[in-house]
Amino acid sequence: MADPLIRAEALVKRFQTGGGLLARPRAMLAVRGVSMAIGKGEVVGVVGESGCGKSTLARLILRLIEPTSGTIHFDGQDLTKLSRGDMRRMRRRMAMVFQDPYSSLDPRFTVAEVLAEPFRVQGEEPPAGRIAELLGQVGLSERLSASYPHQMSGGQRQRIGIARALAQAPDFIVLDEPTASLDVSIQAQIIALLSELRRELGLTYLFISHDLGLVRYFCDRVVVMYLGAVVEVLPKADAPARHPYTAALMDSTFAPDPGQRKTLRAIEGEIPSAFDLPKGCAFAARCPRASDRCRAENPELSATDHPVACFHPL
Amino acid sequence: MSLKGTLNSIGRALRTPKGAISGAWLALVVLGAIFAPVLTPYDYDIQDLPNAFAAPSFAHWLGTDEFGRDLLTRVLYGARTSLSVSVLSISVSVFTGMVLGAAAGYFGGAFDRAVTIFVDLTWSFPEILIALILVAIIGPGITGTMVAIAVAYLAQFTRLTRAQIMAIRSETYIEAAKSLGARDSFILLRHLLPNSLAPVLVAGMLATGDAIILEATLGFFGLGAQPPTPSWGSMMSSGSALLFKAPWIIVFPGLAVAITVVAINLFGDALIRALDIKTRLREA
Repeated sequence: MADPLIRAEALVKRFQTGGGLLARPRAMLAVRGVSMAIGKGEVVGVVGESGCGKSTLARLILRLIEPTSGTIHFDGQDLTKLSRGDMRRMRRRMAMVFQDPYSSLDPRFTVAEVLAEPFRVQGEEPPAGRIAELLGQVGLSERLSASYPHQMSGGQRQRIGIARALAQAPDFIVLDEPTASLDVSIQAQIIALLSELRRELGLTYLFISHDLGLVRYFCDRVVVMYLGAVVEVLPKADAPARHPYTAALMDSTFAPDPGQRKTLRAIEGEIPSAFDLPKGCAFAARCPRASDRCRAENPELSATDHPVACFHPL
Repeated sequence: MSLKGTLNSIGRALRTPKGAISGAWLALVVLGAIFAPVLTPYDYDIQDLPNAFAAPSFAHWLGTDEFGRDLLTRVLYGARTSLSVSVLSISVSVFTGMVLGAAAGYFGGAFDRAVTIFVDLTWSFPEILIALILVAIIGPGITGTMVAIAVAYLAQFTRLTRAQIMAIRSETYIEAAKSLGARDSFILLRHLLPNSLAPVLVAGMLATGDAIILEATLGFFGLGAQPPTPSWGSMMSSGSALLFKAPWIIVFPGLAVAITVVAINLFGDALIRALDIKTRLREA
């Protein structure tokens, strides 16, 4: 990967809550120094439990929220240094598909208006025939263009969300749990559609999910996050887990074949509060392999071709 | 939805019995106010002393006042004053409230805090008190009344708009618009304001009823429209001294105020039901 499309370095996002006349503000680190690179045409998955900072990371990479520190390079340009106008023009090249297809479309916009928005925010009108073309690309009929979101099913709405992301022909799309709110049968259709679009249009994806099974099916590389930090990067989708947390996640995934199904092993213990992180490894309290060293020191992500942040990897 | 949807909702409201009756009365009052000069043979300001205190009859349907002026004519011309003053001042109030509330709700920070303090301050006084103070400063007359009404109701619309914007601001489609590169002005004008319009407009409609009462109150105290311009409030004021001699002088303008305000409230109710926004009004 000589020239990655996206290079994020040491991204940190600190959120403050509360703080008023009498209360002292509390700060939490949603993302704690995450670095990652995504090559052109690659599909990188990010998995982790809810609250692990994967959605925050996605928004940092698109600069929808400003990082507390760290940089994001997109095709060689530092996004954190771009002016508002340059950033707006840069947004033609990147897009996002959201989890909830119900709240991600304005209830007052027709399908045609939703798909014209990516052009209108840039101060232009959609080229003739582009909206019909977009609907075709996501497998919807052109007749839907006068419909309102409430007249469509969840799967159709999510296809509109994908078409909106494709409108300006971007290079890079962040998929934030695009199937998590859909029925299982529809999930498969959406995943198939996304794979097909990637092949046809040569897209680069960052796929955010809590479903490790889905991520391993869909992605080239998998980044595993725990409490705001990367604990392991699986270099290939079928690579074996080295971090005890990844192993536990894999153990808690259902196998589709009932004959293969083993008893699920739940991860024991509670996730530490992000407001009050332990001194050592954040996973130590729940880890079967934890030693005294894990509780005292924080392991760094190793610089190998299968990076893992653990003193006692599998 | 947008404009077509709003028109559809008004149509749905008009098809309910409540909406139809109240809508018909309001149409009658508005048409009467507009076409007053052609509807009656009398002038509102020419005195006819021999005919003073005439009881309702064929010549004078609602009777005449202490100067012999036809009451129906004066009620119709009074509708012009009452309706135009209240509708105009509430429109200004709604518009200003939406701008302030939207800016406060969207941008937050120090501006939001300043607006909230101002709103809470005015909210803690009754509207009539604010109006009386303002009229005392500006001076009696139509301008003073309009400014007083606009300011007295400003807090309500600012608050409602701000609450709507805060609720919609966290919808995913706002983030989606940002991810496409939308400017703040685009998000406010294309997404936030259209989605918060309906409850604010209904609140404005209902406040118009209150504004008619407030205008009549100021008129009753002699602080509103000055003679000889008729207004419902000042007509009732002059009739109050003659309550037993010529009760129609106070009764008919009073009925005009009462029925019109009730009609506005009923129509507002029908509209709330048709727009299905009851819960959103209660949130604020």
